[in-house]
Amino acid sequence: MADIGVQASPLRPAQTMGGSIGDFIALMKPRVMSLVVFTALVGMVLAPDQLHPVLAVIALVCIAVGAGASGALNMWYDADIDACMQRTASRPIPRGHVTPDEALTFGMILAIGSVLTLGLIINWLAGALLAGTIVFYVLVYTMWLKRRTPQNIVIGGAAGAFPPMIGWAAATGSISIESIVLFLIIFMWTPPHFWALALYRARDYERAGVPMLPVVAGADETRKQIVIYSALLVPLGIWPAFMGFGGPLYALFSIMLGAIFLALAINVHAIREGREADKAAKQLFGFSILYLFGLFATLLLERSMGLAAGG
Amino acid sequence: MVHNEQQERDRRRRARSIAIALALVALVVMFYVATIVRLGGNVFNRPI
Repeated sequence: MADIGVQASPLRPAQTMGGSIGDFIALMKPRVMSLVVFTALVGMVLAPDQLHPVLAVIALVCIAVGAGASGALNMWYDADIDACMQRTASRPIPRGHVTPDEALTFGMILAIGSVLTLGLIINWLAGALLAGTIVFYVLVYTMWLKRRTPQNIVIGGAAGAFPPMIGWAAATGSISIESIVLFLIIFMWTPPHFWALALYRARDYERAGVPMLPVVAGADETRKQIVIYSALLVPLGIWPAFMGFGGPLYALFSIMLGAIFLALAINVHAIREGREADKAAKQLFGFSILYLFGLFATLLLERSMGLAAGG
Repeated sequence: MVHNEQQERDRRRRARSIAIALALVALVVMFYVATIVRLGGNVFNRPI
């Protein structure tokens, strides 16, 4: 594995103004939080046992806050490389609105608070899974893998894949094969999603010293890996239909969306030069979000309409 | 200029303090409601 030293420039000293509420919300990565809440909700709804609606809302709030804690701790540790990248330079710490110490304290309070609340009110399996997710994202992905190996998001992607499993565990107090399949779908979706982004942001990552696959192994190897992971993802995406917790609508949608995903991945592989290559990567990145949302939304829709078998 | 900065700093500090207070109140309400939901009718099942 290649090991690229971080060449990030030191941070500008924080201004003394203090962060606004908006800055602290930004620390929690609200867009990531919304995807986490959505996938956790699907895991919860698909589970055979149902939580009281009030407890379900509390569980989702805890999972959202836990995800926010991960985001804040990630921004605390990665503030140096965030400052070097166009996509992340406007985050609260690089802008000097929030100090790294404030972000660390904020993240730790949210992490401990969300895990304890989920454990005390819902169940300790869900609490332990949430704690494991935060620890995995912060220690394993952010601190260990991200700056050391181009496989960072392959392994680190597990952190983003846990929420449906936490939702399922919150409802049932157990882990099942269905929740593991939901985990695997997100786990396998993460590499082509982030590598598509990395293809057209390679210079950003290179400048920050983050060994993303296009930086270390080159764009061609990344394109090959995108196709391989997409080819693994698509059948996995259809799998819930075979297992029975996805109904006929899910079977249809997962095949259609999967075919488009694969076609866009092949397109990324085929177009390698110029703006068209960037456009193809952007198309795949944008569609990948729609793909994951589409699969989970269909599962949710079918369950609420009673079209699929119980989990 | 310095006066404006001081005002802005005070405004942000006040906003943060209010947000922390609201979060703590929300936490208390959440535990209260969760306790009622968990206990159900048993919440009244005690000697008077």
